[in-house]
Amino acid sequence: MADLPPTTDEPIIRLEDVSLFYSSFRAVRNISYPFRTNAITALIGPSGCGKSTLLRSINRMNDLVPGAYAEGRMLYHGEDLYGPGVDAVEVRRRIGMVFQKPNPFPKSIFDNVAFGPRVNGVKGDMADIVEASLRRASLWDDVKDKLKQSGMALSGGQQQRLCIARAIATEPEIILMDEPCSALDPRSTLLIEELMLELKQRYTIIIVTHNMQQAARASDETVFLTMGDDRAGYMVEAGVTSELFTNPKSQLTEDYVSGRFG
Amino acid sequence: MSVTPAAPSLLGGDPARRRKERLVSRILVSAAMVSIVISLFIVLALLFEAFAFLQQIDLSDLFGMGWFPRRGQFDILTLFIGSVIITIIAMLVAGPIGLLSAIYLSEYASPRTRSVIKPVLEILASIPSVVLGFFALTFINPQIVQRLFSGATVFNMLAAGLGVGVLIIPLIASISEDALRAVPRSLREASYGLGARKVTTTLRVVVPAAVSGIVAAFIIGISRGIGETMVVAIAAGGTGGSLRTFNPLGPGQTFTGAIASLATGSDQVQGGQAAYLSLFFLGLLLFILTLSLNVIGDIFVRHTRQRY
Amino acid sequence: MSIETPTVASGAVHRSLKRTGPHWPSLIFQGLLAFSLLFTLLALLFLLVDVLNRGLPVFTERGMDFLTSPLSSDPTKAGVSQALWGTFWIGVITAVVAFPLGVATAIYLEEYAAGSRLTRIVDVNIRNLAGVPSIVYGLLGLAVFVGVFKALNIGNGRNVIAGGVTVAVLVLPIVIITAAEALRAVPIAIREAGYGVGASRWQVTRQLVLPAAFPGILTGIVLSLSRALGEAAPLILAGAVLGSYSSGGADLVGQLVGPYTALPIVVYRWTTLPQEEFRQLAAAGMIVLLVITFIANGLAIYLRNKYSRSW
Repeated sequence: MADLPPTTDEPIIRLEDVSLFYSSFRAVRNISYPFRTNAITALIGPSGCGKSTLLRSINRMNDLVPGAYAEGRMLYHGEDLYGPGVDAVEVRRRIGMVFQKPNPFPKSIFDNVAFGPRVNGVKGDMADIVEASLRRASLWDDVKDKLKQSGMALSGGQQQRLCIARAIATEPEIILMDEPCSALDPRSTLLIEELMLELKQRYTIIIVTHNMQQAARASDETVFLTMGDDRAGYMVEAGVTSELFTNPKSQLTEDYVSGRFG
Repeated sequence: MSVTPAAPSLLGGDPARRRKERLVSRILVSAAMVSIVISLFIVLALLFEAFAFLQQIDLSDLFGMGWFPRRGQFDILTLFIGSVIITIIAMLVAGPIGLLSAIYLSEYASPRTRSVIKPVLEILASIPSVVLGFFALTFINPQIVQRLFSGATVFNMLAAGLGVGVLIIPLIASISEDALRAVPRSLREASYGLGARKVTTTLRVVVPAAVSGIVAAFIIGISRGIGETMVVAIAAGGTGGSLRTFNPLGPGQTFTGAIASLATGSDQVQGGQAAYLSLFFLGLLLFILTLSLNVIGDIFVRHTRQRY
Repeated sequence: MSIETPTVASGAVHRSLKRTGPHWPSLIFQGLLAFSLLFTLLALLFLLVDVLNRGLPVFTERGMDFLTSPLSSDPTKAGVSQALWGTFWIGVITAVVAFPLGVATAIYLEEYAAGSRLTRIVDVNIRNLAGVPSIVYGLLGLAVFVGVFKALNIGNGRNVIAGGVTVAVLVLPIVIITAAEALRAVPIAIREAGYGVGASRWQVTRQLVLPAAFPGILTGIVLSLSRALGEAAPLILAGAVLGSYSSGGADLVGQLVGPYTALPIVVYRWTTLPQEEFRQLAAAGMIVLLVITFIANGLAIYLRNKYSRSW
């Protein structure tokens, strides 16, 4: 696999006035934000404010929902993710995703990790890729002797790390995480947070979380969304995490991070 | 620092894979269209020939004393009455038995009894209708019908109706059971919580809650009964023709039986003769009848699903 | 105020809690339930016993000869060899036509176009087709499939291919519906995970969804085949021969486009003949038919139980 990418000040994804719709219902309104490369950015906000919708729009998972569409631009290396001629399948190879509930394939651990590269045309022996991915996901030592076992036989925390390894195997630049720890016990949660800190050296991570302590602990930047009166989510405030939490500019933000609502 | 412009087709994806996707998509759409084509053909074939039939005959021939197609008598009322009588008899058997079996399976049966009863119903459902027809002719008629009613002939609608009834039991049982099981447990618990017994809960809470599904079961059962051919063709008599009759102890004829008997006549009924064309006219009537019933039944089924 | 132990009241409570005496409505109802089950069980039992009773003597007297002899007007010689041949080919044609078509349609409905308007039309259409009486399919077969052969001047159009396609079209809706259900039962999470690593729709379908849905699809296919083999009404119209016939030593192609018959048709024919010997032959034919049906259904149930997994 490739060496560490050079650090850059350029945002890896820039959202410009993005609104997301399910048929005629607007779920998310006018989001603009530059996501910093090799940083962990947290999306926080109360339930239903569109955090997951926004996250899933970045790797075009929303395309799979009938009637869903997006307005605005999402610039990735200067190219609009929703531009004409863009293959959503290719987008998803470059922008990986880890889901809320661990969802390994009903296949062996090896085949789970090898699946991504295989469907994207990588041929030949996968053993190196599989090992590298599992190492980076801090799972190699646990499973190196049982690669042929079913992925579903692992514990919850291990399954989630397997899913992370699986996402890494296609060499994405960005990893999207949709509340990856909400189905896990506290110990596994901590393990994954430590893992995230390692991963950000090589990847950019955008994570949706309900857990404000987690956002405060683990992320570099935070985007705070809430639901407006029109039931569409909008961005209230965003910026460096430590500042947003200790010195928020908006009263809403202060109320949310101090637990007064949400 | 300026943004490094991405290569023009950075996000274009693998063209070979995209081509394959398009090809697969087209193949699958074509497959789905086949079913629509089939429907179209059925409707067109029936309409075409039925129309030719109506043009060939005198409309007064449609209302006469009986159904004797080879003699030019096409009294559809004879067939309609036959279909109705046999279906009614069938539902008198299959309705209660099917519903009660469903209630038992859903509300009373232990897992062990379930594992015995369900296979029995599934076996019954899998038996081809010719076998039921044989059973109606050689067993139900002599052993049951003729013993109870001395006036019953060798072929009669009662025996055929009972045969169709046995045939339909699994269908009604299975749809009703689905409807009963769809009733949420909380409703039963509420009833028990108030001190009601099982009988009361079942009959006054669960069954009424499942009523649209049960109605659907009955409607679909009726439609199936009307569309049943082999049992009628074997046991109800009426080959070659039938007078209009309301007597279930004698032979009769239904839409389906009439079609079958026309096609198996010793004379090669074919071509543009009225008798041949009447096949399609009957088919059209049958199609419209069963389609309407199925559409109504479907509405009830969806109504059940929506409630929970 | 002293606390008295209300003996009268506690006695009433005690009595009502014990509820002595039978509850007649319950007993009557449970009696009705038992009756209905008994009825069904007995109906099945009597049917099977009757068939076995009449049919087994044919096997004990003639053995395998019954299976290897062609139709004949002489009941001591008549057998089901031609019927088995016809039923076999009907099965093959049904499998070749209905299964790929049905599974492809189901994949389209569930994976490729779920929610679109065309899908809803196709879906409604299939459910209607599933309720059309089998004899109407026979009319379709007569008008269209037999008609095609007649127009091409291939025999008189009444051959096993026309019959097989007719039956295939009849079971097609069943295949589609059961396959679609099997696909629907696969959890969305598997698909999302597949799309998430950049797999295309066909890759997700073929490598993740289909393998998971395969047992359910297979069960549906086996059940449809069992149903197809037992159908008589559509074949009556699509030209299966009722009396006896001879293929006259024709080669395979000649036989495929020549006269044919099938097991349910032969049974039907023998049932309608007045002589008692033919009734016995009919019963013997039914034993063969039931054996085939039960094996197929048993296989389907076995598959369903073996592979049913709770996600």
